Amino acid sequence: MFTGHRERNILEFTLSSLLRRRGKHLALVVIYTALVFLLASVMFFAGSIREEASIVLRSSPEIILQKMIAGRQDLVPMRYAEVAEKIRGVQRVSPRLWGYYYSPATKSNYTLMVPDNFSYGDGHIVIGNGIARVMSAAKGDRISLLSPEGDPLTFIIAEVMDSRSELISSDLMLVSEGDFRELFDMPEGYVTDLALSVKNEKELSTIARKLSELLPGTRPVLRDEILRTYDAVFNWRAGLMITLLGASVFAFAIFAWDRASGLSAEERREIGILKAVGWETSDIILMKFWEGAVISLSSFLMGMVFAYLHVYFTSGALFWPVLKGWSVLYPEFRLLPHVDLYSIFTLFFLTVVPYTLITIIPSWRTATMDPDEVMRA
Amino acid sequence: MILNPAIIALAVSAFIITLMLAYASFFGLRIIRHWDITSGSELQLRLERSTYLISVILSNVLVFQLASLFLFIFTADRMHTLFVGAMCAAGTLKVNAFGYPVLAFKAANFLLAFVWLVINSADLRASDYPYTKIKYSLLLVLAPLVALESAMLGLYVSGLSPDVITSCCGTLFSEGKQGVGSGLASFDPHASLAVFIGLVCMACALGAYAYLKGRGHVAYSVVSLAVLVSGIVAMISCISPYVYELPTHHCPFCVLQAEYGYTGYVFYLTLLIGTGSGLGAGALGMLRPAESLSTVLPAVLRGLVAWSAVMFAANAGITLYLVGSSNLVM
Repeated sequence: MFTGHRERNILEFTLSSLLRRRGKHLALVVIYTALVFLLASVMFFAGSIREEASIVLRSSPEIILQKMIAGRQDLVPMRYAEVAEKIRGVQRVSPRLWGYYYSPATKSNYTLMVPDNFSYGDGHIVIGNGIARVMSAAKGDRISLLSPEGDPLTFIIAEVMDSRSELISSDLMLVSEGDFRELFDMPEGYVTDLALSVKNEKELSTIARKLSELLPGTRPVLRDEILRTYDAVFNWRAGLMITLLGASVFAFAIFAWDRASGLSAEERREIGILKAVGWETSDIILMKFWEGAVISLSSFLMGMVFAYLHVYFTSGALFWPVLKGWSVLYPEFRLLPHVDLYSIFTLFFLTVVPYTLITIIPSWRTATMDPDEVMRA
Repeated sequence: MILNPAIIALAVSAFIITLMLAYASFFGLRIIRHWDITSGSELQLRLERSTYLISVILSNVLVFQLASLFLFIFTADRMHTLFVGAMCAAGTLKVNAFGYPVLAFKAANFLLAFVWLVINSADLRASDYPYTKIKYSLLLVLAPLVALESAMLGLYVSGLSPDVITSCCGTLFSEGKQGVGSGLASFDPHASLAVFIGLVCMACALGAYAYLKGRGHVAYSVVSLAVLVSGIVAMISCISPYVYELPTHHCPFCVLQAEYGYTGYVFYLTLLIGTGSGLGAGALGMLRPAESLSTVLPAVLRGLVAWSAVMFAANAGITLYLVGSSNLVM
């Protein structure tokens, strides 16, 4: 079909001519790289955070049962747990106590939870890394929280959770059941919600239906629903960012078009000479193809590397507020690198494909110029 | 509508490709009407120049068409979490009526673009460009089909809304239900595998004949189309249960996932390229032999047939390996 020899010679010529006119191509490469960098950052970031959320949710209970009163969530009476336990397919029902505590001093919300077995006993508390940082507290220190009546309750910090799981535990406080009920003035015999574990995933929807039949006024929330919602939200956020960046992709396309069609007098002369010494139109097209490929490939790789550094080493400093959420206590955690073939493929379609297609017509115009016309001009 | 980076990428590239093909068709139409190789007029010169543009556009379209076919399946697979009941690409594509047609159009347009480029490369090697008019008539067929594909992609994407109950691949391709998918799955697995391997053997034999005698290219292209169809049927009814080691799992898309070592890509790529080359050989064989090509054409045809047969043989080898190395006994 074609001889490798000819291809290699043309590639060699292209590379040397690119190097000769470094300055002219530099602007294009810089803008191209910046575009890939922006888009890749969004995608890496959203991909990682989605992955992280799904890892967290994988170990969450299959069904959460909430009680609703007038459309608002309410405390669940313990007898509901006995009803739920009798449904075939439900392995275990664990009542959960948890809630939020607003601290006026640090102007942030904490998540308070009672773990299944809290080994430290009443009067002790385990806090997350974020809280320790904000309060500048360490193990052994005392902190006090206010009950709804305004009475302070003092706790001894028994442990500060390590930073590996900071996305989940940053704003977390663990206390004993007695302390929790006292702090929030919560009546005995009631819990926040029930967590149901179900072995067989195929029974989930049947169990959810039975729950709402046996306990009308409750709302079973399936883990899959939560996962789906997270997925949709992160997809949507990344998509929104990309749509906003669409304007820059468009601007880049116009820039690339302009670059490819506006030839300097020197370049025109070069093509004229090439044609005069026997290069065919298809050779010039091939040369232009290699030129585009070299520019695309280097910008694509550089942009990806910069985006990788940006997202995983500076924790995506540029997009922090938009893609993550709006909690106050989340500032420091390093994302787990999550780059897959799919993101690279998508990025390729967002940048290299439009660039390549956009420059076809200008390079064809260049390639089909008449040598004598060019030389005379 | 789901705003997802990959969907935006697919939509944008489909839009640009459609525009480029529309632009190319405009030139194609002028070529069909005014092409006259014997004339030295300015118009003829201009037309000759525009042929370069169109072949560059088409070769780009071919590559991106193939890539977008896989990106489409990849995206559909990734989005299955958004739909209740969908467990992989099979479920996502079924969310509305346009999913599977888009896939079918993508594959068909890839094959058509392949045939176009085969005719084009033969045409460019003759001094008098004998197939020019045929080539550009074919372009006028391809361009509307690509436009239709893009429109359907738009309809598919705009009709996606999360949480619609869809069938997952477990029900879509399970036996004993109505619909094309389950019809394919209920074929006798060993019979469909035997048919597929038989057709590959036949293709290789016919290919050897065409290679040596320089005849029978049209027959070869018919057989290569049959290999494609039987390959997909065999994948659904037989190969996939062996790959997943689960007799009830017939999904043709899960095999593209990393858990199965991306073997699906090798399978579908060899199948598509083999069929494309076979169809290209058939198309060239069907065209009136041009005198200016009498020295080059046999070599081109031999290359196409050999390439196609090698792809099919490699595909059959992979298939037999997948079935043979499976722990499933059916």
